Amino acid sequence: MQSETVYTKSCVIPSTAAAVGQLCREILDTARERGFGEQDLFAIHLALEEAFMNAVRHGNQSDPSKNVTVELLITPEKFDISIADQGCGFDPEALPDPRQGENLYKTEGRGVLLIRAYMDIIEYNTMGNCVHLVKFRGKGLPVIQ
Amino acid sequence: MDQSNPNLSIEYIDSVAVAVPTDAKILDEDQIQALEKTFMPLIEQTNGIRLLIDFSNVQFLTSSVLGLLIRINRKVLQSEGRLRLCCIDPKILEIFKITRLDKVFELYQDRQQALEGF
Repeated sequence: MQSETVYTKSCVIPSTAAAVGQLCREILDTARERGFGEQDLFAIHLALEEAFMNAVRHGNQSDPSKNVTVELLITPEKFDISIADQGCGFDPEALPDPRQGENLYKTEGRGVLLIRAYMDIIEYNTMGNCVHLVKFRGKGLPVIQ
Repeated sequence: MDQSNPNLSIEYIDSVAVAVPTDAKILDEDQIQALEKTFMPLIEQTNGIRLLIDFSNVQFLTSSVLGLLIRINRKVLQSEGRLRLCCIDPKILEIFKITRLDKVFELYQDRQQALEGF
């Protein structure tokens, strides 16, 4: 059943797979309890996995002494999360399109494309080390032409 | 071949190696490394391997798994073999389409279709 109340959570976790996995499960359980449907949850789950992987591996270079800071807001209308790492950031506009030419055969570089496809809002801070993601309730999965 | 990976079952059908990942979710780096450690020796040991990966059990995966599939495909092509994928959940198929990897891999709806003419 959809909850009418607002849920917020702030936390700081180390850059380890175990910490990220546990937080990811907790966040998804909370979204499920608050009435998000399976398609929204699939989209949120994929975006979280990709965003956390970017923060831990690319941002914090998998250094467990570096932290990932998470600000979560769930309302009746939306799932809203910011994920910040302690890396030097990047320019998301400069990322090569993984669907073009030789990039299609590369083993990495699809995370941001998938986040863009599955979330309704994706924006970065100026430094490029904090991503803000929003999924509006009921928007479900992307429609592929 | 490493048969000790509990996350992957392998059987042979008409000399096609049919590999079935058993986990419903493949997202963790350890899972991906374990799969890679099973797939790579299998491919190396069978020149011209015909490998079918059956995704019947898989309901969720991340872009790291797509990277693994690209490494597997490279290795298969180096050994002059062929790779096919089948039984991909519609939600996961969307991930292949968004990334345009549906143009890179040979995807089949079910195992029977994938085995035909392989």
